[in-house]
Amino acid sequence: MARVAKTRRVSGTVAVGAVLAVTPACSSQQSTLDPASDSAGRIADLWWVMLVGSAVVFAVVTALVLVAVLRRRGAHAEPGRASRLGDPLIAIGGVGIPAVVLVSLFVLTVRTLPVTSAPAPGATRLRIEVTGRQWFWEVRYPGRNVVTANELVIPVDVPVEVRVSTQDVIHSFWVPRLNRKIDLIPGHASSVLLRAEKPGVYRGQCAEFCGLQHANMAFLVVAQPPERFRAWLARERRPAGRPRTPALERGRRVFFRSACAGCHRIAGTAARGDAGPDLTHLGARRTIAAGTLENTERDLRRWILDPQRFKPGSKMPGLEVPGDDLRALVAYLRSLE
Amino acid sequence: MAAIAEQPVERLESSWEEPGGLVTWLATVDHKRIGVRYLVTAFAFFVVAGVEALVLRVQLAVPRNGLVGPALYDQLFTLHGVTMIFLFATPMLAGFGNFFVPLMIGARDMAFPRLNAFSYWIFLASGLFIYAGLPFSAAPNDGWFNYVPLASAEYTPGLNIDFYGFGLLFLAVSTTAGAVNFIVTILKLRAPGMSINRMPLFVWAVLTTSFALVFALPSLSTANLLLELERKHGFHFFDAGAGGDALLWQHLFWIFGHPDVYIIFLPAVGIVSTIVPVFSRRPIVGYTAVALSTVLTGILGFGVWVHHMFAVGLPQISMGFFAAASLLIAIPSGVQVFAWIATLLRGRPVLQTPLLFVLGFVVVFVVGGLTGVMFASVPFDQQITDSYFVVAHFHYVLFGGAVFPIFAALHFWLPKITGRLLSERLGKASFWLMFAGFNLAFFPMHVSGLLGMPRRVYTYPAGLGWDAANLLSTVGAFALALGILLVVVNVAWSRKRGPWAGADPWGGDSLEWAIPSPPRPYNFPVVPLVRSAHPNWDRADREEDARRAGQAELVLAEGHQTLATTVLDGEADDVLHMPEESLWPFVLALTLSVLFAGLLLDLPLVATAGGVMALGALAGWHLPRAEDEDEDEAW
Repeated sequence: MARVAKTRRVSGTVAVGAVLAVTPACSSQQSTLDPASDSAGRIADLWWVMLVGSAVVFAVVTALVLVAVLRRRGAHAEPGRASRLGDPLIAIGGVGIPAVVLVSLFVLTVRTLPVTSAPAPGATRLRIEVTGRQWFWEVRYPGRNVVTANELVIPVDVPVEVRVSTQDVIHSFWVPRLNRKIDLIPGHASSVLLRAEKPGVYRGQCAEFCGLQHANMAFLVVAQPPERFRAWLARERRPAGRPRTPALERGRRVFFRSACAGCHRIAGTAARGDAGPDLTHLGARRTIAAGTLENTERDLRRWILDPQRFKPGSKMPGLEVPGDDLRALVAYLRSLE
Repeated sequence: MAAIAEQPVERLESSWEEPGGLVTWLATVDHKRIGVRYLVTAFAFFVVAGVEALVLRVQLAVPRNGLVGPALYDQLFTLHGVTMIFLFATPMLAGFGNFFVPLMIGARDMAFPRLNAFSYWIFLASGLFIYAGLPFSAAPNDGWFNYVPLASAEYTPGLNIDFYGFGLLFLAVSTTAGAVNFIVTILKLRAPGMSINRMPLFVWAVLTTSFALVFALPSLSTANLLLELERKHGFHFFDAGAGGDALLWQHLFWIFGHPDVYIIFLPAVGIVSTIVPVFSRRPIVGYTAVALSTVLTGILGFGVWVHHMFAVGLPQISMGFFAAASLLIAIPSGVQVFAWIATLLRGRPVLQTPLLFVLGFVVVFVVGGLTGVMFASVPFDQQITDSYFVVAHFHYVLFGGAVFPIFAALHFWLPKITGRLLSERLGKASFWLMFAGFNLAFFPMHVSGLLGMPRRVYTYPAGLGWDAANLLSTVGAFALALGILLVVVNVAWSRKRGPWAGADPWGGDSLEWAIPSPPRPYNFPVVPLVRSAHPNWDRADREEDARRAGQAELVLAEGHQTLATTVLDGEADDVLHMPEESLWPFVLALTLSVLFAGLLLDLPLVATAGGVMALGALAGWHLPRAEDEDEDEAW
C-alpha cells in the first residue's frame, strides 16, 4: 500500500513539468512533494488526486471555450434568441458534475483529516516544546533538561509530539516534508505530530508573517536512528565544560566581558540571558541565526561582527572586538558541543 | 405638460448642464463625472500598486538579493495588497457602476447625487491618507490582513499601522455610502417596465455586492476600531496576556475579508455576463440561473471565512463544516461558467478585444477556482496555506477574476464614456501580452509554493529549488506590466485619434447603448420604455421612445427630475426632484480628513475641531433650499 502511494508520488513528480525539471537534486529539503512521513505523504497523495481531477476539469472547460469561439464565428449580426431558464449544459456542467466531484473530495478530505490532527495528550512517548520568538525557535525537551535552538533532533520512526507556543507574535511551525503547519497563537496551546520515516535533515521555516526577519526564521529537524538520538540527548543535557586550552579560556573571557551573557545562556556558566538562543551546545548545530548562516568559523565571525548585515532588525548588536579576541570567542563558541 | 414644454429637450439640456469652472469641478454631482473620477483615481492606484509589485519581483528575482531591505519590502507588499484590494478593485468596479448603473436602468442620476460625490471625495482622501506615511517610512507594514499581536503597538510601534487602521475606517465611510446609494438607485430608479427579472446582470451583481458590503464592512470597521483603541488608548481586546484573544482579530477580519473576495469578484463576473451575450449575438442562456447564482454566491460568501484559519488549530468539527461550505460555493461559480459557455456555443461569437479579455478571464479563473477548491480540502490547506501557492491562487482568482474583466470593461465601455473607439490591433496585442505575462508571472508560484516557499519573505536562500520559478515570475511580471502599458497607450491614442464610436458600436442589448456617446448630462431625453431583459434589442420600443421625445411625453423637463418606480415590478411610482451641484460633500470630506488626521497624530484639539466642522458641514448640507418646497424630494 505504501509502495503504491510512493509510485504514484514519483509519477506525479514527473508530471509537474518544466519548472521542476530544472531544479537541482538537493533542492527538495523543504518540498511538500517529497514527503518523508505518513502524514505528509497522505497530504501529497491528496494533492496528486486533486491535480489530476483539476487537470481534467480545466481541459474540458478550455476545450469547450475554444470550440465555442472557433467553431462558427460571426459578425455583429441581429441578435438571436436564447432560453431564459437554462440549458442542459448548465445543469450537467455547472451543477451535476461539480456536485459529484465536490462530494467525493469532501469524503476524501474528511478521511485524510485525522492524519494531520494533533496527537492526543500523552499519546506519544516523546514530547518537544517549541517556542517561537522574533526571530528564532527555542527548543526544549521537557523532563530531560535539554534546551537548544533552531534544531530539533528526533528519533526515526517514533511519533513525536511537538507542542508549540509563542512568546511574542504569531508564528507558524512548518516542516513540509514531515507534516502540515501549525500556527503559534498567543494564549492557545497546539501541537503537531512528527514521525520521520527515514533518517535525514528536514528544513522548516516560519510560515506566518512575523515581522522584519520572518524570512530568516528557519530551523532544521534532524531525524536519527534511536540509538544516535539517545546519545545526542545525553550529550545535550550535560552543561558546558571548562575551556580546555588557554585560547578557549580567552574566548570564554571575551564572551563574558562583551555582554554576550546578558542575552544568551550557557548552562554550567554564569551566562543566563534569555533574549537570544541558548548557546550551551552551539558547536553541535548546523546553522546559526535560525538558518541564516552556516555554522562555520567564517560565518560565525561575520555574524558576531555585524548581525544587522545578515539579519537587519535582529535584536543582536554587532560586537566590536580586536581580531584576536574575535577568533578566540569563535573558537570558544565552536568548542561548545 | 405639452403646454409648458415647447422644446423639452433643449430645456433638459439647460437644466442639467453644469456650469464650467473650478467651483463646479469640486461641486459636481453628475454620476458620469464622478464615475470617471473613480475610474481614473482607482487606475492610478492600480499603477502605483503595480510598480510596488515590480519592486518586490526584482527583489525576489534571485536568492539573497539586496535591492530592498525588509523594512521597505514589508511596507511595499502591505501597500500592494491594501491598494489592490481597497483602493483599486472595489473603487474601479464602483466607477463602472457609477457611470453605467444609472444608464443601464434608464435613470438620470444616482438616487443620492451629493452622497455620491461625498463617497468619491472620501475615497480619494482615505487613499491619500493610507499612503501619507510612505515618504516617512511609516506606511502600513504588517500585511493586508494585519494580524495582531504583530500589529499591536508593542511589536509595531510608530504610525505605520495607524495609517492602516484609521485609513480603512475612513475608507469604510465612502464604501458604505456608495453601497447604500447603489442599493436605493437600483431598487427605486429603474425605468418603468424594468421589473427585477429584467435587470441587466451587471446590475444584479452590483446590487448583490452592495448588500454584501453593507453587511461585511461593519466587521472590518469593528476590528479596526478595537485595534486603534488598543494601540492608542491602552485597551486589551487582542492581548492574550490581559484576557484578550488574538484570534478575535482573525475572525473579525475574515468575516469581512472573505465576502470581500466576492465583493470584488461579483461585479467583475457581472461584466462578463454583460459582454458575453453582446459578442455572442444571443441573450445569455439561463438568465435566471445566473442571477440566482450571483445572489447565492454573495450569501454563501459569508459562511466560509474560517478556511483562512485552518492552520490555527481549530476543532475538527468546525473545520468539517467550513470545508463543506467552501466546497459548496464552487457550484454557483460553475453555473455561471457554463452559462457563458452555453451562450457562446449557441451564438456566433465575434472575437473582438472585450471578448478576448473575457475568454482570458474564463481560462484563468477556472484555474484559480480549481485551486480554490483544493484549499477547501483541509489537510491540503494546512500544508500549503501561507506558501507561494496561495499567492498564485489568489492572483488567479483576483487578477484573473477581476482585472481581466475590468480590462474587458475598459475596452467595451470606454467608447461610451469618451465617444471614441480604441484600436483593435493594440487591444489584441495588449491582451496577449497581459495573458502571457500573467501566466508566466503567477503559474510558477504554484511550484515554488509546493516546494515549500513561504509568502511574505523578502529574501530566500539558494538551493531550495525556488530560484528558477522566482526568476520566471519576475520576467512574467514585466511582460504583464508592458501589456498594461500598451493599454494605456491605446487609451491615450483613442482619446486623440480614435474613430468616433457612435451610440452603439457593439450592438449592445442594454440601455446605455440607446443614447449618444458620450451621453448628455441628462442621460435620457425621455424615460425609456422597457419590456424585456435586453431593451436595446427591442427596436420597436426604442422607436417608441423617439416618438414620445418628439411629443414631449414623459420627458420630465421641469428641472432635475427622474422617475421612481416600484421595487419589484418597476411600475411608475413618483417623480423625484434631484439636487443640483453642491460644495458641501467636498467640504464635509475635507473636515472629516481633519478629524482623522487629528486621531492619527494624537491631537485631540485638531480631531475635535474636525468633528465640529464636520457637523457644521452636515448642517449646511441639509439646510432647506428655496426650491425644496416640494416634499417629494430625493432626500
